[in-house]
Amino acid sequence: MTQSVVVQVGQCGNQVGCRFWDLALREHAAVNKKGIYDEALSSFFRNIDTRSGGSGPDIYKGKICSLKARALLIDMEEGVVNEIIQGPLRDVFDSKQLITDVSGSGNNWAVGHKIYGCQYRENIVEKLRKTAEHCDCLQCFFIIHSMGGGTGSGLGTFVLNLLEEEFPEVYRFVTSVYPSGEDDVITSPYNSVLAMKELNEHADCVLPIENESLFEIVNKINQMINSGKLGSTVKQNSVVTSSAGSAKTQEKPFDAMNNIVANLLLNLTSSARFEGSLNMDLNEISMNLVPFPRLHYLVSSLTPLYTLADVNVPSRRLDQMFSDAFSRDHQLIQADPKHSLYLACALLVRGNVQVSDLRRNIERLKPSLHFVSWNQEGWKTGLCSVPPVGHSHSLLTLANNTCVKPTFTELKDRFMKLYKKKAHLHHYLQIDGMEQSCFSEAISSLSDLIEEYNELDATKGGPRIDPSRLKIAV
Amino acid sequence: MSIVTVQLGQCGNQIGHEVFSALCSDIRGTHGLCSKKENESYHDSCKERFFCEEESGVPVARAVLVDMEPKVISQTLSMAARSGHWKYNSHSHFCQKQGSGNNWANGYSVHGPRHKEAIMNLVQKEAEKCDRLGGFFTMMSMAGGTGSGLGAFVTQCLRDAFPASFILNHVVWPYGTGEVIVQNYNSVLTLSHLYQSSDALLVHENDVIHKICAQLMNIKQISFRDVNQVIAHQLGSVFQPTHTGGEGSGYSRNPLGDLMETLVPHPEFKLLGLRNIPQMPENSLAYSTFSWPGLIKHLRQMLIANAKMEEGIDWQVRPPHPGSSIPSTSKPLHFNTSIANLVILRGKDVHGVDLGSFQDPSLYTSWLNPQDAFSAWKTPRAFNKYEKSASLVSNSQFLLKPLDSIVGKAWNMFASKAYLHQYTKFGIQEEDFLDCFTTLEQVISSYTNL
Repeated sequence: MTQSVVVQVGQCGNQVGCRFWDLALREHAAVNKKGIYDEALSSFFRNIDTRSGGSGPDIYKGKICSLKARALLIDMEEGVVNEIIQGPLRDVFDSKQLITDVSGSGNNWAVGHKIYGCQYRENIVEKLRKTAEHCDCLQCFFIIHSMGGGTGSGLGTFVLNLLEEEFPEVYRFVTSVYPSGEDDVITSPYNSVLAMKELNEHADCVLPIENESLFEIVNKINQMINSGKLGSTVKQNSVVTSSAGSAKTQEKPFDAMNNIVANLLLNLTSSARFEGSLNMDLNEISMNLVPFPRLHYLVSSLTPLYTLADVNVPSRRLDQMFSDAFSRDHQLIQADPKHSLYLACALLVRGNVQVSDLRRNIERLKPSLHFVSWNQEGWKTGLCSVPPVGHSHSLLTLANNTCVKPTFTELKDRFMKLYKKKAHLHHYLQIDGMEQSCFSEAISSLSDLIEEYNELDATKGGPRIDPSRLKIAV
Repeated sequence: MSIVTVQLGQCGNQIGHEVFSALCSDIRGTHGLCSKKENESYHDSCKERFFCEEESGVPVARAVLVDMEPKVISQTLSMAARSGHWKYNSHSHFCQKQGSGNNWANGYSVHGPRHKEAIMNLVQKEAEKCDRLGGFFTMMSMAGGTGSGLGAFVTQCLRDAFPASFILNHVVWPYGTGEVIVQNYNSVLTLSHLYQSSDALLVHENDVIHKICAQLMNIKQISFRDVNQVIAHQLGSVFQPTHTGGEGSGYSRNPLGDLMETLVPHPEFKLLGLRNIPQMPENSLAYSTFSWPGLIKHLRQMLIANAKMEEGIDWQVRPPHPGSSIPSTSKPLHFNTSIANLVILRGKDVHGVDLGSFQDPSLYTSWLNPQDAFSAWKTPRAFNKYEKSASLVSNSQFLLKPLDSIVGKAWNMFASKAYLHQYTKFGIQEEDFLDCFTTLEQVISSYTNL
C-alpha cells in the first residue's frame, strides 16, 4: 500500500485541508470498526505511540494509538493554522508539521514565491524529508491552495517546484481554487497567471475548482432541502457539503463549499485505500488521463450530492447518478463538458455498483458526448467496494476536456486588462527576483496552453480519415 | 504431470482463484456420473496436475501469485483459505506496493528486471515440488500494466529458464469500450511480445463472457466475479483430466503437450479461442436435458459461423463446397476457417459420440490433413454438474476481427502520438511500438489468408 502526503498552503488551502482531515477520519471510523491500524489508514495517517511522547518510532500494526496526519500546514499568517491546532483536530497534527509566519503575503504572488520561498526553503525541505521518511512507499503529494492570493498561490507553487526537485519520482496532484470574476482581490489575475505557469510546468495533474460552482452546488442543496420537495428526509451525513458526524461542532460559512473539495479528494483516493473488483490507483489516473504532458487539467464532478433516507435504491436512481455526473451544474468549475471535446474520461465508482451497471451507463451516455478522434472509447473505470459515509454508492468523474478553456481564457483577459495599464505592477517588480519577463513568460505559457486546446477543438484531435495501417507483403 | 500456474496482476489473480475453486469443487462433487474407479482416477489426476498435498490434508494449489500492489493478493489468499477445501502456499506470492499504473512499460522495463530474481525463485520452488513438470500456465489481462507488461517479461524469463517446457498464456481481452484508456497500446505490446516466447495464447474476451452472463446465465447485475466464474468453468472444462488416447487409455499425463501438439502446428499461428456449451444458471441444470448430436451440431455451427455462444448462431453460414478447389479469397466472407480444432467431451455416453462432422475438410485450411487437424478428447466423468458438456478449443480465425480492431485503434492513437510520453519515460520508444505493430500486422495477415 502506498502513502500520500497533503501539503496545504495559505488560508484557502488550510481551510479546505482541515475539512479533508476531518472527513477522512469520519470515513475511516465508519469502515474501521475494530480500531486496528490498517493499510487503508496508513495511506494518510501515521500511528504514533504517545507514551514515548510522540518521538518514538511509528507503530505499523495493531491497535490505533494516536493518529497523526501525513500533512504539512503552511501559511504566512497564523490565524487559520492556529485555529486548526486549537480546534477539535489538534491531536491529528503536531507542531513539527507547521510552518507559519506573522505578516502574510499581502495578496502578492511575488512575496509568497520569491521572498518567503527563499526564506523558508530549507525549513520546508527538511519537514518534507521528515514526512517522507515516515512513509514506507510514498506515492503522491497532494497540494491544496488557491490561485488568487499571495501565499497559496506564490508559496504554494514554490513548494510545487521544490517537490519536483527533491522528490522527482513522487506524483504531484494539485487542487487549485481559481478566483471568480468578482473576486475582491484586485490582483488575483496576476497571481493566478503567475501560478499557472508553475502548474503547467511542474504539476502531474491539476484539479481546478471554482468558487462559483461550489457556491451554486451549496445553494442547490439548500433549496432542495428547504423546499421539502424531497419527500423523505435527507440523510444528513450523506450531503456532500455537510460536516455531520465529524469532529466539527460549529459550521463556518465556507465549510459547506470546502467539504465538497474534501469529498473530491477522498473519492479520488478511495480505490487506492480500499479494495474493489477493479482498482484505480493514483498513478493510473495520471497515466490514462494525461495524453500530452501539458494537458493535465482535469474537470471533476461528484454525484450524488445527497442521499435520501430510503434504503432501497432502484437502478433508475443509479443511472440518474451517471447522468448527473455529466451535467453542467455538477461540475466543480464553470464548464459544460457535454458540449466540448473529451480527450479522456475517468469514472470512479464507489459502493454497490457492478461492472454491468458501469457498462450500461457508458453505452447510454456515449452517444451524447464528443470524444477526440484517436480516443473514441477513452474511458478509464474503477470500482471500489467501499461507499462513502452515508451513501450506498457514489461516482467521481474526472474529465480531460476542452471545456477548461473558457476558465483560462477569462483569466487571461482579466490579466491583460490590468497588465495593459501596468496597474499594481510595481508591487511585484519591486520584489527581489521579479522582472517584467516573469510576467511575459507567464502569459505566454498560458496563451500556449489555450492554443493547444484551440487546436484540439478545431481539428477534433486528428485527421478525419483513419491513418493507413502498415502493409505486410504476403 | 503437474502444471505450475503463474497468476499475474489483478485480473490474473482474481481469475486464478476462481479456476482453482472450480477445479476443487468439481473433484469434490458426487455428480461424476461414472464408476467409482473412474472417479478416483479423475480425482487423483486432477490433484497431481494442480495441487500438492500438505500435512494438514488441505490441497495446496501449485501456483505463484504476482502483483505489484498488495490488496488483490491478500484478498485472494484469504478467500482461498476461508473455503476450507483448498488454499495457496502462504509463501508462494510476490507483491510490491505501488502497482504499475496501467503502464506496460513500467511493468516490463522497470518491475520486470527489478524483481526477476525474486519471482523466478518462487517459480523454481513450485517447479521443484512437481514430480514431473508438465509446463506453465500463466494468467493475465493485457489491458493493464502488471499482468500485461510484467506478464510479458515473466513469460520471457520462463522461456529462458525452462527452454524445454510448455508455456500456455491465458490472456483476457478487455471490453471494447474502455476499461483502461491505453488498453490498446498495452494489448499490442503484450501480444507481440508473448508471441515470441509463449507456445500458445488461450484467449477470453470480456465482451463475450459478459454476453454469456447476461443472456445465458440470466444474471441481472453482472459483477467481475460472475465473469470470472464463467471463465473458470470454461478453463476447467479444458484442463480437467481427459482420455486423449481413446477409450481404455488412462488420463492424459501431458495435458499441455497434447494441447500444443494438436493445435499449434506452426509458430505463426498461436491464437486459440475457446467455446463451451451448454452454459446455464446452476438451478436450471436439473431441468435440462441435452443430446450429444444436438450439442455437436451447435458446436460445429458455432465454429463455422464464429458464434460466441449457443444463442444467436447464424445458421446460414456454410462451408464452401467440398471437393472443389476454391482459392481462399473467394470463400464466403464470414466463414471461419480453421487450422486445427480440439473437441473435449465430458459426461454420459461420451464414447459413442460421432464427431465426423468436425473432420470435414472444407472446415480447414489446405495444408493439414483433416485427420491431423482435428482431435477429440473424451471422458465419461461429468464436469461441474453438467450431465453433458462439450468444449471446443480452436486455432482458427475466431480472433481475427477482435485483433484487427485492437490493432486499428492502437494505430489510430499512435498516429496522434497521444500518451507516448508515458511509455518513453520508462524506456519503450516509438521504434519499439513500430516493431510490435509490424509483428501483429503479420499475424493478422497470416490468419486472413488462411
